Amino acid sequence: MTRIALGALLSHWRRRPGQLATLLLGLALATALWSAVQAINSEARASYDEAAGALGLSGYDRLERPGGAPLSTGEFVALRRAGWLVSPVLEGRLRAAGGPPVALTGLDLLSAPPGALPPGLTAVGGDTDPADLFTAPGTLFAAPALAERLAEVQGLPPVQAVAGLAADQAVTDIGTAQRLLGRAGEISHLLVLPAQPLGRPPLAEIAPGLTRVAAESAGDIAQLTRSFHLNLTAFGLLSFGVGLFISHGAIGLAFEQRRPTIRTLRALGVPQGRLFALLIAETALMALVAGALGLALGYALAGLLLPDVAATLRGLYGAPVAGELTLRPAWAAAGLAMALTGAALASAQTFTRLSAMPLLASARPRAWATVSTRALNRQALAGALLLALGLAAPSLADGLIAGFALLAGLLLGAALVLPRVLAALLALGARGARTPLAQWFWADARQQLPGLSLALMALLLALAANIGVSTMVNSFRLTFVGWLDQRLAADLYVDTANAAETEALTVWAATAGIDLLPRASVETRLDGRPGSLEGLIDHPLYRATWPLLTSAPGAWEALAAGDAVLVNEQLAYGGSLGLGDPVALGEDWVLPIAGIYADYGNPRPQAFVALDTLTARFPGTPVRDAGLIAPEGETGAELAARLVAETPLDRAAMIDQSAVKALSLRVFERTFAVTAALNVLTLSVAAVAILTALLTLAGLRLPQLAPVWAIGVPRARLARLDLLRALMLAALTFAVALPLGIVTAWALLDVVNVEAFGWRLPMYLFPWDWVLLLALSLVAAGLAGLWPARRLARTAPSTFLKVFADER
Amino acid sequence: MLVAARDLTKTFDTADGPVRVLGGVSLSLAEGETLALTGESGSGKSTLLHLLAALDAPDSGEVEIAGNALAGLDDTGRAALRRERVGLVFQQFNLIPSLTAGENLAFQARLAGRHDDGWCAELAARLGIAEALTRYPEQLSGGQQQRVAIGRALAPRPAIVMADEPTGNLDQAAGDAALELMLSLVADTGAGLLMVTHSERLASRLSRRLHLAGGHLSSRAEAAE
Repeated sequence: MTRIALGALLSHWRRRPGQLATLLLGLALATALWSAVQAINSEARASYDEAAGALGLSGYDRLERPGGAPLSTGEFVALRRAGWLVSPVLEGRLRAAGGPPVALTGLDLLSAPPGALPPGLTAVGGDTDPADLFTAPGTLFAAPALAERLAEVQGLPPVQAVAGLAADQAVTDIGTAQRLLGRAGEISHLLVLPAQPLGRPPLAEIAPGLTRVAAESAGDIAQLTRSFHLNLTAFGLLSFGVGLFISHGAIGLAFEQRRPTIRTLRALGVPQGRLFALLIAETALMALVAGALGLALGYALAGLLLPDVAATLRGLYGAPVAGELTLRPAWAAAGLAMALTGAALASAQTFTRLSAMPLLASARPRAWATVSTRALNRQALAGALLLALGLAAPSLADGLIAGFALLAGLLLGAALVLPRVLAALLALGARGARTPLAQWFWADARQQLPGLSLALMALLLALAANIGVSTMVNSFRLTFVGWLDQRLAADLYVDTANAAETEALTVWAATAGIDLLPRASVETRLDGRPGSLEGLIDHPLYRATWPLLTSAPGAWEALAAGDAVLVNEQLAYGGSLGLGDPVALGEDWVLPIAGIYADYGNPRPQAFVALDTLTARFPGTPVRDAGLIAPEGETGAELAARLVAETPLDRAAMIDQSAVKALSLRVFERTFAVTAALNVLTLSVAAVAILTALLTLAGLRLPQLAPVWAIGVPRARLARLDLLRALMLAALTFAVALPLGIVTAWALLDVVNVEAFGWRLPMYLFPWDWVLLLALSLVAAGLAGLWPARRLARTAPSTFLKVFADER
Repeated sequence: MLVAARDLTKTFDTADGPVRVLGGVSLSLAEGETLALTGESGSGKSTLLHLLAALDAPDSGEVEIAGNALAGLDDTGRAALRRERVGLVFQQFNLIPSLTAGENLAFQARLAGRHDDGWCAELAARLGIAEALTRYPEQLSGGQQQRVAIGRALAPRPAIVMADEPTGNLDQAAGDAALELMLSLVADTGAGLLMVTHSERLASRLSRRLHLAGGHLSSRAEAAE
């Protein structure tokens, strides 16, 4: 009996493959978008874990010179002789032709704690002959992809691929590193081994110029990128929700269409419990099929998006994420579970109705999803409540959660209110109708509203998210470009590798009469948090262009005199600091804030003091960055060419302003490429939802169209009116989505962004984008409406006549 | 006794208050007997048929089908009884739209585990639908659909066939032909037939007639008085 009854239920899909495809597509798309986001997130997290576990230098206390000046071999030897178990580390950037610089870490492979070495290097002496490690030319260790690239660079030692290193990192013996970086005898810092002999003399006695810095927490990067992943997850959930609208519609319709079959099956002797179990099994089977399809799509999508996400995470946070995707069983299981949950959610209402359906219920399909005015009002009330709760969230709670609660309340609330608002707008339209056909058109549109409302709600969510996110991104772009113009005022930037190069550059600039803007940087604690303190010289260019958000009178004079500090917005926001407030710049050094500047794309606290003050406070701080102002009529590239010709500096150490800007903008575009892609995909899913709803309604509304056709409205005209109705409803939905999208943008810029990144952006509006989006949504609705309309235009008169025949 | 009903009552709640449709109805049907149940529209004929076919439960009273008291059966038991002992023919045909005519015809027999290819083929031939078995219900005329529905009811060789206005959706000629076929097939299988109809002409073709009015049954002669 079970097999026969299941066969009868499944035969519905055999006769309606399009509907089956819609249902599977809805669930598959929902699962795909969700799974793609999850795949990206889990890949990123795995990369953080790998990076944290790979080169565990940050897990050890370190001895360093305040200000970052290098340590000498003598200090290392003195400490070892005094019984301190320390191991030297040299860090630097290795310029390798044919690609970006490589982060080179030189370790003393004999004294380094085993936990500080990458997994592939723990067995030193295994595959590698120790002589190759410690004698020239030495051996470089790098992740496989980087090893392949470095192997082709001339002048480098042999490269060996090891697993477990970050994508842009190479490790070697410290002697080899000193030679490659041109920093003979230098040590960046010393790692302090956990087990130390008792009774050793205190640090201040052996090396008074060094300070001990506690180990960093391994979860720093994960913490830093949490907001980004939360953002992606929120988008994934939104897409999942939109996909569920489609599935809900398809499952609900299938139930309504199969109502007569279900009644017949029960009348012919299939018990309700068995029928229930069969329908659940059918839904679960479809969820699994659609889930598997969704996983495949999601995996492909994640593979396409991951390089952009990896670039974003590197660009924004310096987080090392590999650009390749790995299939993780937990991810696949979670995706399938999500598909099953989605199917259960989408079919919950159907099963409730089935359990309450009396055996002798009308076998005729009801008007699909008919909703009474009272139910519409109840839904609108619930929506209004959600809107109010969302708007109240920022004052009830703090942090990102409040930001997302605001967004969720706004979007869900507005979606629930939408059908009531549309009904009111259509009623308004009906009042202005003059001809009988126009009156029928408005009345018919209102009648179709319940059946289309889920699809329109999906469209509203997609449009509002689109407007909100694109307003945020475009506001950001506009601000960012302006900020780059201000901040990158010099024509050429030079990154010197050592003191000799700095000296050569300074001498050359003085001789050539070129304005040089040297900078130095120190890692310290700003207002108690790790950050970078930078030193600037006093130059009119800074005064003219520096992007100060707010400043006290005479800020630059105070800065030049060493009496004040400029802080970035992130530092000010994080510490609730304002102009004139004192800020701690390390131990025993406090200066008042003279100005706060915008520092987009930097998640860390940063502050500027006068260069002289910095180097006086942190003696030995290397000056390794400098901006050069090209003389009138000379470009940055020409200046670079001159510099290469007249000094020993390498062209790879220089980057001209336009290249920096192009690079920054490229990072920016890639940063938001994922968001844009998800935006477009969500909108596409909404278009599929409309198509689904229209197609399914088309079959059910023949009884409403047949009388109108019979009294003399041609089929082609009915079809045109159908198309017009789809366009009109899409346009009305857009009209509701526009203010909602603007409020969403405000929430993103003023609440979520400030909480997530610590900076506030000015909001700009882009009306032209709205026009384009309106056109896009009309095209989507038009395309979705075209097929059902064409089918209606081609409906045979005999099909209409059947409506009357059935009424006998 | 194939069907025995005693003191059946049924009341429906309506917008105008409760309406008592059946006020203590009793009837019986013997094996091989054909019984027509007549009455005006809204008299409760279909309600009575639903109670007798285990599709609905009475407010009070008892129904037995082939010796099985319905009161002691749960939903699963009632479903099994319908599946195995009762053949149902509806006015709206109620074919499964996604199955072909042939699949519809054999459906209940398969469901009951009593499928017989030869019998189904004979039914199709005698009902004149052998050529239409691969078509879907929407591709059949009303008369053809009703003949498939009759075939479906008879395919599991039920003890009793219950038909609710089986010719109500057909013109007179098609209706007469369908009834003739049903009567002849019922006679051949030895099943009982209980048919609800508002047509005195059709009712006169059956061996016994009962008239339902005011919630009570009477024989045709009593009704005429």
